[in-house]
Amino acid sequence: MTPRLIPILLLTNNGLVKTLNFQSPRYVGDPINAVKIFNTKEVDELVFLDISKERHSDGPNYQQIKEIASEAFMPFGYGGGITTLQQAEKIFSIGVEKIIINSSFWANPRLVSSIAEKFGEQSVVVSIDVKKKMFGGYSVFSHSGNINVTLSPLEAALKAEEYGAGEIILNSIDKDGTLSGYDLDLIKSVATHLKIPLVASGGGSSIENFKEALNAGADALAAGAFFVFHGKHKAILITYPNVKL
Amino acid sequence: MIIIVDYGLGNIGSIENMISHIGLPAQISNDPLKISEAKALILPGVGKFDQGITNLEENISFKKALITSVLEKKAPILGICLGMQLMCKTSEEGNKLGLGWIDATVKKFPPEVGKIPHMGWREVSVIDNNNKIKSNELSSDGRFYFVHSYFVECHNTQDVWMKANYGINFVAAFQKENITGVQFHPEKSHRYGINFFKNYFNQIL
Repeated sequence: MTPRLIPILLLTNNGLVKTLNFQSPRYVGDPINAVKIFNTKEVDELVFLDISKERHSDGPNYQQIKEIASEAFMPFGYGGGITTLQQAEKIFSIGVEKIIINSSFWANPRLVSSIAEKFGEQSVVVSIDVKKKMFGGYSVFSHSGNINVTLSPLEAALKAEEYGAGEIILNSIDKDGTLSGYDLDLIKSVATHLKIPLVASGGGSSIENFKEALNAGADALAAGAFFVFHGKHKAILITYPNVKL
Repeated sequence: MIIIVDYGLGNIGSIENMISHIGLPAQISNDPLKISEAKALILPGVGKFDQGITNLEENISFKKALITSVLEKKAPILGICLGMQLMCKTSEEGNKLGLGWIDATVKKFPPEVGKIPHMGWREVSVIDNNNKIKSNELSSDGRFYFVHSYFVECHNTQDVWMKANYGINFVAAFQKENITGVQFHPEKSHRYGINFFKNYFNQIL
């Protein structure tokens, strides 16, 4: 099977943005327009992560999810602000395939189990954000990179697997938006120990990068800036190259 | 009217979006009357086998309507993913009996095939028999999106419509009389999925 190549698109209430090291969100376009482009480009899969600082009182922005889902004829995952099984149920019924849990998992790992028990492991993804420690090694962070979970990436990934996640997105905060290639040591430190698929994220910007990440053990590849910026001046261009991996 | 059977599990919104995209009338419903009078049915499903059967059986008149529609009135029904697996006799995922409409069992992928769930895009090989819906409009480079940990094994080879391989061969689609099941998600397989639905509904409606 050809490995999946997955654009990760960051949502705010004002549209799509792209970050650098999880900071300085830059507006890159309208989510519906992006979905339409990715439809015609026959994208393997899409991930939307809502990184809004302000949340609706009832959690996720269902109206926005609904608008995206009605145009998304490809598998797509959604994450951001999901804290309860009821919210997950509502999002599935709108037409989302995968729920992505990050910050809530560290506070309440049972949330992942309860989604997996009802909708199957394949429907719940745990996203793990990782930063390099000052004196070597890595630590996992939650809440958009703000809170240190004090687990190593491998400990975090194994915990997610144990609680029923069907997939892991392993995201390097240091690489986010840099277009400088994946953190291969990070991927290697986790990949071989997992039974479930590992999606590498952060830094991917070329076919060579994708191949390196696959060789390091990733099962699928995610990228952000690669799909929304073009050229050295980072002009905005939402696209999906016809890549054979 | 095409009725997308709502039994509380699965990505029903995606299927409705796709069918209205190809311009056909579809409605999500759990109303026994609508199910028994449907021109065609879709049994969706993302979730666990036992939970699926439990939800189907929770409401007796609902299950009865489904059985009347499919087994007596012979309304064409398309099971997708778990919906397909529920049509089989048993599953290694659970202890409950399936609907048993197709002589098949659902098995777990052995660990040696690779990462489980099997997740991603895969080409299928079509086995066209006389008693099958013709696959003529499915392009030869057709690929579909799969996400599943369990696979269907048909005991009756005539029922097999499409095959795929993930370490082992498995049934990607079966078809027997008015009953069709697909393991992949045509509603999430953009161009190929659109072609699949157009081809299917062209022949059954």
